[in-house]
Amino acid sequence: MVKTIQVRELISKNIKSTKNKYVDKLMPYIFFVAASISIITTIGIVYTLIFDGLKFFREVPLREIFSTRLAPLASNPSFGILPIINGTIITSIIAMCVAIPIGLSTAIYLSEYASDKVRKKIKPLVEVLAGIPTIVYGFFAYSFVTPLLMTIIPDLGAKNALSPGIVMGIMITPLVASLSEDAMNSVPNEMREGALALGSTKLEVTFKVVIPAAISGIIASFVLGISRAVGETMIVVIGSGSSKNFTFDITQSMQTMTAYIVEFTSGDAGSGTLGYYSLYAVGLLLFVFTLLMNLLAQYISRKYREEY
Amino acid sequence: MININKNNNERNIVFDVKELNLWYGNDKALKDLNFGIKQNDVTAIIGPSGCGKSTFIKTLNRLIELIPSVRIEGEVLYNGTNIFDTSRSVEELRSGVGMVFQKPNPFPKSIFENVVYGPKIHGLRDKRKLLELAEISLKRAALWDEVKDRMNDNAYELSGGQQQRLCLARALSMEPDVLLMDEPTSALDPIATAKIEELIMELKKEYTIVIVTHSMQQAARISDETAFFLLGELIETGNTNEIFTNPRDKRTEDYITGRFG
Amino acid sequence: MSIESIDSREPHFPKMYMSKGNFNRRILLDKIARKLFLSATLLALLVLGVLIFRISSQSIGWLNIKFLTSNLSIFPEKAGIYGVILGSLWLMLIVAPITLIIGVSTAIYLEEYASKGKVREFIRINISNLAGVPSVIFGLLGLTVFGRLFNLGSSILAGGLTMSLLVLPIVVVASQEAIRAVPNFLRDASYAMGATKWVTMRTVILPVALPGILTGSILALSRAIGETAPLVVLGIPTLILKIPTGIMDDFTALPIQIYYWTLDTVLVPEYINLAAATIIVLLVVLFLMNTTAILIRNKFQRRY
Repeated sequence: MVKTIQVRELISKNIKSTKNKYVDKLMPYIFFVAASISIITTIGIVYTLIFDGLKFFREVPLREIFSTRLAPLASNPSFGILPIINGTIITSIIAMCVAIPIGLSTAIYLSEYASDKVRKKIKPLVEVLAGIPTIVYGFFAYSFVTPLLMTIIPDLGAKNALSPGIVMGIMITPLVASLSEDAMNSVPNEMREGALALGSTKLEVTFKVVIPAAISGIIASFVLGISRAVGETMIVVIGSGSSKNFTFDITQSMQTMTAYIVEFTSGDAGSGTLGYYSLYAVGLLLFVFTLLMNLLAQYISRKYREEY
Repeated sequence: MININKNNNERNIVFDVKELNLWYGNDKALKDLNFGIKQNDVTAIIGPSGCGKSTFIKTLNRLIELIPSVRIEGEVLYNGTNIFDTSRSVEELRSGVGMVFQKPNPFPKSIFENVVYGPKIHGLRDKRKLLELAEISLKRAALWDEVKDRMNDNAYELSGGQQQRLCLARALSMEPDVLLMDEPTSALDPIATAKIEELIMELKKEYTIVIVTHSMQQAARISDETAFFLLGELIETGNTNEIFTNPRDKRTEDYITGRFG
Repeated sequence: MSIESIDSREPHFPKMYMSKGNFNRRILLDKIARKLFLSATLLALLVLGVLIFRISSQSIGWLNIKFLTSNLSIFPEKAGIYGVILGSLWLMLIVAPITLIIGVSTAIYLEEYASKGKVREFIRINISNLAGVPSVIFGLLGLTVFGRLFNLGSSILAGGLTMSLLVLPIVVVASQEAIRAVPNFLRDASYAMGATKWVTMRTVILPVALPGILTGSILALSRAIGETAPLVVLGIPTLILKIPTGIMDDFTALPIQIYYWTLDTVLVPEYINLAAATIIVLLVVLFLMNTTAILIRNKFQRRY
């Protein structure tokens, strides 16, 4: 008889005990409660924005909302939303004018031209850009880029749309670069080799083979970039100021939707005033817009995944 | 533990499989199995890839149910009670039925923690008993001499063969009645394989062993009983010698003589 | 084989396309493009370099031990960020445990318990969309729910809870990936020993997934420590001279202080140097956190 310590008899009570079973049955519920917090957060956001936002939309006529006069604190207040939508769009366009060429070039360089060794050195550095807090970018736009641009454009205001737009573009560049690079990397090498074997240069392969194959991933990265630009707050708050003029002059101050929210919450607009509710209305627009952009990006990139 | 004379034909049936059917989604993987596994035998399950041998052995400890699409009909009596009976916990079944897998799968923990994992999670806290148990189990798996001075090393520092014996020791630590082995040597080199086979010969004195193997030589070398599976059906079962020398079914003969598979 | 020989064997091949001049032009174009792509990449890195160099030089003479150990003041020469650093630390003290517990639990639910069905898909889509909601919106949520409804005002608790919701998706996604990376053969081994699902989770899966979970959590914290907009929306007061001692106290944090000092440079020009010095502190903290995350990831690289 081989030596044994009758281990299962020692622990038989535990194996059969229902205690373990209860814990095991209870845990999924605990985890579910945790998982539902993310859903509650979404519901909370939507509910808050709609509940208080509706109070604004009920009070203010549509014709006023879609006007260009925004003066929430004037003696005869007006809540025209077009100036801040205009500010948001203009700063975002400037940002994308920077982020798309630089981001896509970086993606092409890293994915098609750089050796593994170079890629391993450059990629983490590009990602550092993504890790820098936006407040730092805001400071940089205000204290460095704006004065620098002033030497070229003497009429540039201390607060303007151009400088924060450019800096926001730099901030978004790593996002565009890394998502586009992912898309280009997932293009099978056989496709490249096929074209290279016919005597194409890398440039031709990139533009005639790789980019067409990766186009939906690349576009998804642009869409996400736009969504990020629209939702970005601190850079435009600091760099672009709070002028509520409806203008297309990028050398002048203009307020974005995010900056409007920041100005109002940190100001003295008391709860219950129309100005206070306008925050939620602007928040709602911002939420819906970024949500649509994110869903669009997901839809586009899912479509491209099916291609291989 | 009851010691039973090996030559007694009236030995207990440990697993009695009755009308067992198993589906993966809509694909039927096991078809009307009827089959008894006798105590203290080494029962080898042979057959070509995809014949359901792995599915079958994993059904015996209900590990197959981890795959969500699995549906089972029929009965498997283990020491007289149906393992699918809802009043019996799957944990209790598995603590009496040890398993060794195709690929060595120690936990990324120390050698000691690996061996005593089972008893520990089932509530054995006594450090002295655990140490004693680790020694007994490792000795049975013929690993003690190689690891006794490095019990706190990570299990992944061992060689593949040593890892597999560690997994065997881990299964043995629960002092199970049955050992299920799912192609335990398929990932090992010939020397490590020989060592495991030697161990199986040693262990069959105390345990009922069910072993899935893709190697007919291995089945012939170590098993008492052999069952031949083909496309989810049990074609033939019986004494290993008889099956290998005088198969009743043409398909068994074809497989054994290497005509397919 | 030379180009000409192909040409002679295939007389119908367009001569112009295969001519040597055309080839040279294409190769030249390729070379120029390569340089352009490289310069664009380097341009982004140049901006990074200028940013760090410029802000560092602005902080010289201001960033010293006295700056780190003294309290806020409206006089630039006297001002220090001791209380501000403590504010950020207090904030992390709230965010770290909340996001870790809820984030990991959510990940466990999604990866191990939820059946592959609509609920799981719904939660997954919800989390990926939450990750894309602008941080200023989280500020509005925090202001309305934590600040006003729960009456937490602009306390550390209100800020911490708001920030936790903001970075929760990062922890969830990182934990999910870490749990998914645990090989199935370890689960099998544990279940075969008679372990229940929760025991398997606790004794095998979580320990193996822990480095990945920690890496993700540190990255989430580093996002939270630099995030400004939600705190500004919560209405953090502009100048706090009191050092926070509990979670119900008002506070200010590194990014907030940078913001207010930057805004007020119009009034006191030296504030720009204070802001720069605070940025350097923030960047050093972020650098240390990211380095820790990378070290953890490298140290616990899987051996199987």
